[in-house]
Amino acid sequence: MAVIILAALLPLIINDDYFLRVITIAGVFTILTLSLNLVTGFTGQFCLGWAAFYGIGAYTSALLAMKLGLSFWLTLPLGGLMAALFGILLGIPTMRLKDIYLAITTLGFGEIIRLIMLNWTDLTRGSMGLPGIPSPQLFGYEFSTNLPYYYLILILVLITVFTMYRLIDSRIGRALIAIREDDLAAKTVGIDITAYKVMAFAIGAFFAGIAGSFYAHYTSFIDPHTFSFMESISILAMVVLGGMGSITGSIIGAVILSVIPEMLRGLSEYRMIIFGLIMMAVMIIRPQGIMGKGREFAKSAGKSRRRGGGPT
Amino acid sequence: MLLQQIINGLTQGSIYALVAIGFALIFGVLGLVNFAHGEVYMVGAFLGFILIAVFHLSFFPALILAMAGAAILGIAVELVAFRTLRRAPDVAPMVCTLGLSVVLQNVVMLVMGSDTKSLPTDFSKVDLIPVFNAQVSGSQLLIFGVSIALMLLLQFILYRSRMGKAIRATAQNKDAASLMGININRVISTTFALGSALGGAAGVLIGMYYNAFYPMMGFIAGLKAFTATVFGGLTSVPGAVLGGLIIGVAENLGAAYISSGYRDMIAFFILILVLLIKPSGLFGRDQQGKV
Repeated sequence: MAVIILAALLPLIINDDYFLRVITIAGVFTILTLSLNLVTGFTGQFCLGWAAFYGIGAYTSALLAMKLGLSFWLTLPLGGLMAALFGILLGIPTMRLKDIYLAITTLGFGEIIRLIMLNWTDLTRGSMGLPGIPSPQLFGYEFSTNLPYYYLILILVLITVFTMYRLIDSRIGRALIAIREDDLAAKTVGIDITAYKVMAFAIGAFFAGIAGSFYAHYTSFIDPHTFSFMESISILAMVVLGGMGSITGSIIGAVILSVIPEMLRGLSEYRMIIFGLIMMAVMIIRPQGIMGKGREFAKSAGKSRRRGGGPT
Repeated sequence: MLLQQIINGLTQGSIYALVAIGFALIFGVLGLVNFAHGEVYMVGAFLGFILIAVFHLSFFPALILAMAGAAILGIAVELVAFRTLRRAPDVAPMVCTLGLSVVLQNVVMLVMGSDTKSLPTDFSKVDLIPVFNAQVSGSQLLIFGVSIALMLLLQFILYRSRMGKAIRATAQNKDAASLMGININRVISTTFALGSALGGAAGVLIGMYYNAFYPMMGFIAGLKAFTATVFGGLTSVPGAVLGGLIIGVAENLGAAYISSGYRDMIAFFILILVLLIKPSGLFGRDQQGKV
């Protein structure tokens, strides 16, 4: 609660445009990280193409606003729904795959979506990107400075956090965690693992799409390069840094990894090197992440030991 | 036209195959994916470039030295990202190698610049040999020759040497191999060295073939090679080779007859199809869950 009040008052304390911008982008990544955390952290499905859903949300929302002139308040949920639809489409055939097979399929899916954005030039203008995405309006008030965007993303982040907490605490959440811990045992107690996995994918994709939609209207320019594999990796790194299956951890991970590159802007050439080194250092020093739990981590480590390779 | 595309595809496919073997060997002994493998290929290519362009070595000594350099890098990757995380959950070493590949890409970009480098002497335009109504270039023959030689050498090491036996034993059952007195850490290091040397060789060959060396070259090649590995069943060396060749040919045919813009998509499309129809790959064993 104190954090929420602090976040709400933050612009009054530090009213700097650049600072607000950095924090707003950190908010976008917080939603992305929370949504991936539902799939990877809670359900245990390793996904390497999360930026695809982010991109689908952004492009859907931008195109609806530009071509059909729809209001932002309509394109925002529509962007999320489109991403969720793709989440279901990808989820149904791939959810029987496990571990590395799923990781690599989602990676391939991410690349396919990016290449479609790049090559469907009639619709997306390819690598030239989509400029001039209209900014949201509320009762005739147009979002023109960083301040209203900051409050909008704060509300969206709060909705996401609230939904995640409610979800994880429910029957669905317990089923998802059961699938992560041992999918076979979950199946034997009557959990329809495919349905739950697809559901987790769809809900996660929905929030990723929302984040994309907000991002598109906030920056008013999107191009396929924004939704690359590197972006998927960054989001995954945020989840892992914060600790898989921890909501607080996801928020911390997202804020740290989106603010640090900004702080390193002066060292532009070394920025990505330091980013990579941080990812490695966190994994080596604390593989379960900042807020991860040691016990569960030891259990899944035992599980990985049992699985062997095959003859070469 | 068709034959020419197949020849070009096989050339590209041999490169994917060499990289894919590295993924398969490493997955075989560790059950994990080395996402920095594409970067090992890129560093190998740049080592070859420096040895030829700066030190004026001829092709074969440069190739061998670049392979040695890549092997050392591979051992270093294992020490940093896998040995330290032997007991961590699977996701940790994989994220660590993702971080490592970001570091390697950017270090090379810092040292060499982000622009595409070319060799002063172009190897790619020499001696076109007509085969029916298509042509095989000297560099294509060189790629075929070197790839086949390296694959045969690898099979020899795996099936005729003590170390090869130890690698195969470790791949079958790490704990049992360890109980039989096999030094698992040394086996894993050797596996990384072998796989990385092949990756480095592939990098030098492809750099020479297109006469282009750039820091991001490892990324997409690594992805496609990994696709080839999955295609072949993740741990199978012959499977990885066949997967690499099939993807190389399919990609070239697709680029020629469908659209070159979607060239990079074909490999992933094949991947998703394979995973849906036969998730264990061509030569993989079906894995069933045990309680």
